Amino acid sequence: MSEKEWPLWEVFIRSKQGLDHKHCGSLHAPDAKMAIQMARDVYTRRSEGVSIWVVPSAAIAASDPDDHESFVEPMADKIYRHPTFYRLPDDLEHM
Amino acid sequence: MYTQSMDLPGQVLLAGDSPEEQRFQARVDADAKIEPRDWMPEAYRRTLQRQISQHAHSEVVGMYPEGNWITRAPTLKRKAILIAKVQDEAGHGLYLYSAAETLGQSRDQMMAALNSGKAKYSSIFNYPTLTWADVGAIGWLVDGAAIMNQIPLCRCSYGPYARAMIRVCKEESFHQRQGYDIMLALARGTPEQKAMAQDALERWWWPCLMMFGPSDKDSTHSAQSMKWKIKRVSNDDLRQKFVDVTVPQAELLGLRVPDPELKWNAERGHYDFGAIDWNEFRRVVDGDGPCNRERLAARVAAYEQGRWAREAALAYAQKKARRETA
Repeated sequence: MSEKEWPLWEVFIRSKQGLDHKHCGSLHAPDAKMAIQMARDVYTRRSEGVSIWVVPSAAIAASDPDDHESFVEPMADKIYRHPTFYRLPDDLEHM
Repeated sequence: MYTQSMDLPGQVLLAGDSPEEQRFQARVDADAKIEPRDWMPEAYRRTLQRQISQHAHSEVVGMYPEGNWITRAPTLKRKAILIAKVQDEAGHGLYLYSAAETLGQSRDQMMAALNSGKAKYSSIFNYPTLTWADVGAIGWLVDGAAIMNQIPLCRCSYGPYARAMIRVCKEESFHQRQGYDIMLALARGTPEQKAMAQDALERWWWPCLMMFGPSDKDSTHSAQSMKWKIKRVSNDDLRQKFVDVTVPQAELLGLRVPDPELKWNAERGHYDFGAIDWNEFRRVVDGDGPCNRERLAARVAAYEQGRWAREAALAYAQKKARRETA
């Protein structure tokens, strides 16, 4: 019979209470419950995580790298958004 | 290495010179990482598909020689350690299959290529594990050689491969140290145990040197991979480095490296060593090593015997999903 592949899931791990969940990889699993169980075995064998999220890969929408120029680069010339843009007197304190 | 057959003739994929390729090469030259959705030359994609899947297959087949000793480990401690190590290898295979999938080949395609005997994996796993000392020798030498190869791969230009390698390298050090620990226990044990360790070193030494792949002068594929920063150190340089660090480790064990030509060369600052039997290497890579058939048969059997479980899990998930929407 023709095989049907298990769906792909993206795995996000919170390494420590208080930190963000961070993408750490992907795996195939039949459903969310098994995806979490497998993520535990694949990605946290040495206590790398205290919490796991799994998301169907197909549910992720992503920006297009080919749009880089029009999408991300306009932010690069707005240097006034950074605190270091402002030259203030040296004797100014607490700022 | 785990992907040594990448360097055999017939694997060469030449880069083109289009404006896109020039832009791509400029990014690679600037040490920028290439990510799955970025434009990449077809030859770069195919090279990586082959390399990463071969690497993944090696991790998976690599479980068999060691798995052979899980039921016969000498103590409960050794058994627990060996199970953890073999489980790590399965994990490494999974990280790598995931990385390979980002290049557009499915897991099923890769599994089918492995099970049909079409895909290559490292020659080293086609040698038998005859005694418990072989488990020590594999950890010490095979994983030691793997670390040497995988550390530069952490800086590979392809992001998902580099990230998988970082995770693998973090775990690999345990593998090598537990192997050396086994060798140490045997080398300090009874004369029979020491002889067993010596015998394992003698059988694994040369196959381990072959792991680094053909000599640079015969490695047709290397230059392009270096230019793309998929590969960052040459086969011969890695092999030399392996010999240089491993010989003193053997001396510390009081074991003899089976190479009469092995000699420190003060002028070069390296060990000189004897010629590798490349005919044996070719034979094993081409499917005629001591255990090629056995490994493949075990792999296919595991895949076929697991089929019902994969299908049942999927059917259950689908049934549950139907009920939830109903």
